[in-house]
Amino acid sequence: MSAYLVRRLLYAVPILVGVNLLTFLLFFVLNSPDDIARSQLGDRRVTEEAINVWKKSHGYHKPVIHNAEAEGFGKFTETIFFDKSMKLFVFDFGQSDSGRDIGHDISQRMWPSLAIAVPTLVLGVLLNITFALLIAFFRATYIDVWGVVLCVVLLSISTLFYIIGGQFLFSKLLHLVPISGYDTGVGAFKFLLLPVIIGVIGGIGSGTRWYRTIFLEEIGKDYVRTARAKGLRETRVLFVHVLRNALIPILTGVVVLLPLLFMGSLLTESFFGIPGLGSYTIEGIQRQDFAIVRAMVFLGSVLYILGLLLTDVSYALVDPRVALR
Amino acid sequence: MPVLFWTDILIWTLLVLAVLFAVYASHREHLRAPWREVARSGVAMSAMVVLAVYIVIGLLDSIHYRPAAQSTADATEAQYSGETLSVLDRLVSGLRAQGEKTYSAPFALQLYSKELVESPDGTQSRQYPRLQYGGAHLTGPGERAGDIAWTAVLAAAKAIVLWGLVCLVSGALVARRRGQTVRGAVAALFGDRNAVNGRAVLLTLLLVAVVAWVAMDLSAKYHILGTDKVGDDVFYQTLKSIRTGLVIGTLTTLVMLPFAILLGLMAGYFGRWVDDMIQYLYTTLNSIPSVLLIAAAILMLQVYLDNHAAEFSSVAERADLRLLFLCLILGVTSWTGLCRYLRAESLKLREVDYVLAARALGAGHFTIIGRHILPNVMHIVLITVVLDFSGLVLAEAVLSYVQIGVDPTTHSWGNMINSARLEMAREPIVWWSLAAAFAFMFSLVLAANLFADVVRDAFDPRLRTSG
Repeated sequence: MSAYLVRRLLYAVPILVGVNLLTFLLFFVLNSPDDIARSQLGDRRVTEEAINVWKKSHGYHKPVIHNAEAEGFGKFTETIFFDKSMKLFVFDFGQSDSGRDIGHDISQRMWPSLAIAVPTLVLGVLLNITFALLIAFFRATYIDVWGVVLCVVLLSISTLFYIIGGQFLFSKLLHLVPISGYDTGVGAFKFLLLPVIIGVIGGIGSGTRWYRTIFLEEIGKDYVRTARAKGLRETRVLFVHVLRNALIPILTGVVVLLPLLFMGSLLTESFFGIPGLGSYTIEGIQRQDFAIVRAMVFLGSVLYILGLLLTDVSYALVDPRVALR
Repeated sequence: MPVLFWTDILIWTLLVLAVLFAVYASHREHLRAPWREVARSGVAMSAMVVLAVYIVIGLLDSIHYRPAAQSTADATEAQYSGETLSVLDRLVSGLRAQGEKTYSAPFALQLYSKELVESPDGTQSRQYPRLQYGGAHLTGPGERAGDIAWTAVLAAAKAIVLWGLVCLVSGALVARRRGQTVRGAVAALFGDRNAVNGRAVLLTLLLVAVVAWVAMDLSAKYHILGTDKVGDDVFYQTLKSIRTGLVIGTLTTLVMLPFAILLGLMAGYFGRWVDDMIQYLYTTLNSIPSVLLIAAAILMLQVYLDNHAAEFSSVAERADLRLLFLCLILGVTSWTGLCRYLRAESLKLREVDYVLAARALGAGHFTIIGRHILPNVMHIVLITVVLDFSGLVLAEAVLSYVQIGVDPTTHSWGNMINSARLEMAREPIVWWSLAAAFAFMFSLVLAANLFADVVRDAFDPRLRTSG
């Protein structure tokens, strides 16, 4: 197992290099640093000097990928590519274009993101499994048909509608919770309540339908027939035998999401004014802060690869038939 | 003078491809059978009628031209105005031209905000001024309810008469072919024994016709969905947004399909280093959070557009390029799923007897992929295309909200929601823009989802055998 893990971790390196190269190409091939400086400074007729000052202060003054003037390794290290991209590998995110330390910002802002994402995920999964089991129990009846139709209706509604509608109903009409904002410690609870509820409700449609398919797939298998043949009641078959076996695909589906919870939710956080990584990303995008976007792309890729790795490991842990070599 | 936008060209190309595929499929039994199943499903046929309405509006909005300007007498060559219009604009020119000053509620006679008005006797007072166009034919608010009801009833009656004619004509056509009486044929159209679920089609058609006709007649007199901040008709905006939604939902798949099919099949068929390379490629692309990849790409495009503004002849052309680019980048982020399915499928198919036989007979690799593997994975491609559509339409709204979606000048549901969102705090609240965008988006996405579900069930052999 450990040999497998080491191999998988090594395999992640070329992928991260690829991600880095790709983002780098995206940022610097279509537009030169001069173009970026010009659009950051706003005016199309800025002076050459102003551009140079901006580039110097933000570290864009070096050659893009190959420095002919430097000595030895300096040919490669004294470049924008090395400064801006290779340093990400040791999680040195550098400074944002507005001059803040990105690494510090991230470590500060991941907690509010987690405070929303974790309860949303846990509650959502529990609720969806319950609904899906219920629908599976009444399969091939009108409850099943209309349950699925309801799911399709729910998942056809835009996330934006859930958020805007929820804010309007609970905060503006009923005055139950504040519309947006955040507080540290226990005070955060009343700010977190609405985003979590809306996140859960918004996920019911797709989640329940997806889990229903998993349950129905399990119900068609041989061991279920055996269980019924030996005289078990339908409730016991469903809630004990099927549920336990269906948990394997459900668990692995959830595990792949775990690391990405750090990234937070872009929409929820920015609508509810929660200072997490999701709203951080949006601010970066809207201020056209390329350093932040680059850092978040890298962080997201690392977490995604971590999620894939965790999925494999969790398969091996819960399913004795799977062995990692 | 006709104007061709890039997305126009692609959308008509797509239509041609779809028609060609339909002709191709109609000659092959294994492709016809699942479609027959779709045609028998009431849900799918109702959804298809709704989708067809959206598609027709979108297509009408995809024929662009520049109207001739009011030419002066001594002009030697024809002058065209700088504004690009579509056929849809021409059809609903009333909606487009009849702008008010600012917000007004649906069916309102007065503006949303008070203004200083000078009475005929010279005194000034702050009151809600009458709208310039909305309900301008009425003398007072008392007549409004009656007028709306009467117009609606009249329009509905016209729609029902037209619908009855459609029923009769289609019944007559069927009767002539089958040698039945017309009356019997019309009754049979609503029966259960048709190849196409006629009852669902006709009833949905009735609903759509009534709604459309009522909306059309009322919108000639009122702003049926209100007006927005600068006084533009919201109904017109939602109609224009349909094209954007459809373009994003379909062109994205169109641009990603060649890559996904070619790479997926090659990875599965050739194996070894080809497989490794392609897997590396899609794992890398997949590991970048898609929102961020789109954000980075759109930001860079924005910088490019800012610095090369001179190369575009009009704002509309720029906006169109951004729309196309958004489709491209959405395609880049969404092809990996299909690619992985196709790889797994062609890994299996590679070892199937008929493929081995073809290889033993000396068929080349690409002949085998093209003639033996590709036709056997087409159902996966089709299912992915229809399933992806609704997700992409919803994604457009979210991306536009984050300001990495379509150009702010493009009509789209995302832009409508985005600009209306800030007005939620006003009292009384401005809800109509939001409601209109959500309602139109919801009905399109719901229809697409329902249709996609039936198509998937019909084409997925695994589901069919397990019942």
